[in-house]
Amino acid sequence: MDNVADKVASATPPSIAHRVKGLSDRAIAWIFVAPTIFILLAINIFPLIWTVYLSFTNYAVNRPNREVKFIGLRNYERILGDADTWATMQATAHFLIWTIVLQVLIGFTLAYLINKKFKGNDLWTTIIVFPMMLSPAVVGNFWTFLYQPQIGLFNYVISFVTGADPSSFSMIGDIALAPWAIVIVDTWMWTPFVMLICLAGLRSIPDSIYEAAECDRASKWRQFWTITIPMVLPFLMLAVLFRGIENFKMFDLVVQLTGGGPGNLTTLTSIDLKREAFEKWRTGFASAYAVILFVTVFGLASIYVKALNRVKQR
Amino acid sequence: MSFSVTEPSHGQKWFAGILVVGYALITLLPLLWIVATGFKSGPDSIAYPPKIAFEPTVEGYVNLFTTQTRLSNEAKLEAVDDLPWYEQLVRERGNTIVGTSRYSERFFNSIIIGFGSTFFAIVLGTAAAYAFSRFRVPLKDDLLFFILSTRMMPPIAVAIPIFLMFRNLGLSDTHAGMILLYTAVNLSLSVWLINGFIDEIPIEYEEAALIDGYTRFQAFYKVVLPQAATGIASTAIFCLIFAWNEYAFAVLLTSGTAQTAPPFIPTIIGVGGQDWPAVAAGATIFLVPVMVFTILLRKHLLRGITFGAVRK
Repeated sequence: MDNVADKVASATPPSIAHRVKGLSDRAIAWIFVAPTIFILLAINIFPLIWTVYLSFTNYAVNRPNREVKFIGLRNYERILGDADTWATMQATAHFLIWTIVLQVLIGFTLAYLINKKFKGNDLWTTIIVFPMMLSPAVVGNFWTFLYQPQIGLFNYVISFVTGADPSSFSMIGDIALAPWAIVIVDTWMWTPFVMLICLAGLRSIPDSIYEAAECDRASKWRQFWTITIPMVLPFLMLAVLFRGIENFKMFDLVVQLTGGGPGNLTTLTSIDLKREAFEKWRTGFASAYAVILFVTVFGLASIYVKALNRVKQR
Repeated sequence: MSFSVTEPSHGQKWFAGILVVGYALITLLPLLWIVATGFKSGPDSIAYPPKIAFEPTVEGYVNLFTTQTRLSNEAKLEAVDDLPWYEQLVRERGNTIVGTSRYSERFFNSIIIGFGSTFFAIVLGTAAAYAFSRFRVPLKDDLLFFILSTRMMPPIAVAIPIFLMFRNLGLSDTHAGMILLYTAVNLSLSVWLINGFIDEIPIEYEEAALIDGYTRFQAFYKVVLPQAATGIASTAIFCLIFAWNEYAFAVLLTSGTAQTAPPFIPTIIGVGGQDWPAVAAGATIFLVPVMVFTILLRKHLLRGITFGAVRK
């Protein structure tokens, strides 16, 4: 009881509760929460259950007259035994790992530099953030133009810097380059996200810790590794969690950039799933695929969150 | 000038500033290129080496909003003087306008669906967030986590049953269907963010209002809502941007009537091949509002993108 309002509240006789007109708190709580829960159940949970059900059947949307049969785990067996699925998983892993590594390195460096509080750092931070807020499909589509051999700005800049012929390589068409083409655009787009979170982490470190370290004559280098990094780590891990989940779901940017090509080289899991579900119309099979993806994201995310909490507690 | 061990030196500031500004300029280049390409003529847009200095034209914008066909040989001889300027512009390229394109329709769909879904996500989300923040809701933490976890699902994975459901309910390719869908997706964001904003408002204000004889509802909209207004507004902008940018659901569940701009813009083609100035013009009109909103949002940006996990 340290402020007036608390004292007033506790001094008020219980009869006040009866004087309060209208519905009881409990009724209001229900009325307020129910629509949200209802919509989420209808649009998220019900479809999820339906997906699980479909995953055990041979249902196909484009063959409505065929008898729907329960086929047990056969869809799952087929997916997990399929070499193409594993190639897709590998492409996704390549994309995930490299985007996260690059975004963490560049994002942290930028945040560290911005935290030097030079004049106008707010303005430049906002400018750096722009790509992240834009529509990935629209921007991804335009990057195919920047990636055009010869006329593309990207190829021109690379040839300007390295001296290579701008029409000698195609970021989207070449087998060796396409997996990197999507990594580059994703890094361009999402590095600001990691940067913003790291910046918040850096700003949360009180000056007094550095002052104390300075009194103890700890070198700047030592201060960086024993103060800055450990204190930013929980923030950095949170950024990695968000990027990991988002990029595991990646669809719009890459579908517009490469369409999964050349061949199946940049076919990430979501793109593969879309083909199975909406081009080949193997609904049951695709549902099993969706369940596997969902379990994977959820499983990985919860293991990761446990690790994150352990770091936070230290 | 105060002397502090933690204040970076003058030289450090300069060094950091130059690197950050350099990065910002490089990262801005593709966006500037979109805007510039929108004002280039067709040949200029695909010139080698890429043209930095060019004669600006609104050809791309005219192409964006119209559909055209090649001029017949007889028509080429007609006088062009009394034709409207945009027709003259198109005729210079040997084409003629035969109608309006679908871009403005798709753009309006984006506006209707974006604002519609934001409205519902905010109204329902604010109510739920208030309840979570102020009442003892059973299984509160589990419910909040459940609401957040709905965002972890890959959109394509949920799209299969939603596609079937919408087909059965007659919601495929309708504005109502897309508004419902985006409302559901945005609810998780709005509940989490607004819950955080309301948590920050001291509960004593409401208690004082209740003692003064306000009902719960009155306390909610006369005391809490005005206090949370900035937070709710920034949440609304986040919801709007999400719905505005969304592609996966839009491309799978809409094809005509309710199609939004993101699936449409990449399909813009002119007479003979992809018309990059028109694509860039369409993208510019579509992207610039988001950039303006980003500037407005900059104080709440971090909070929005991390679902309130990082608040500073």
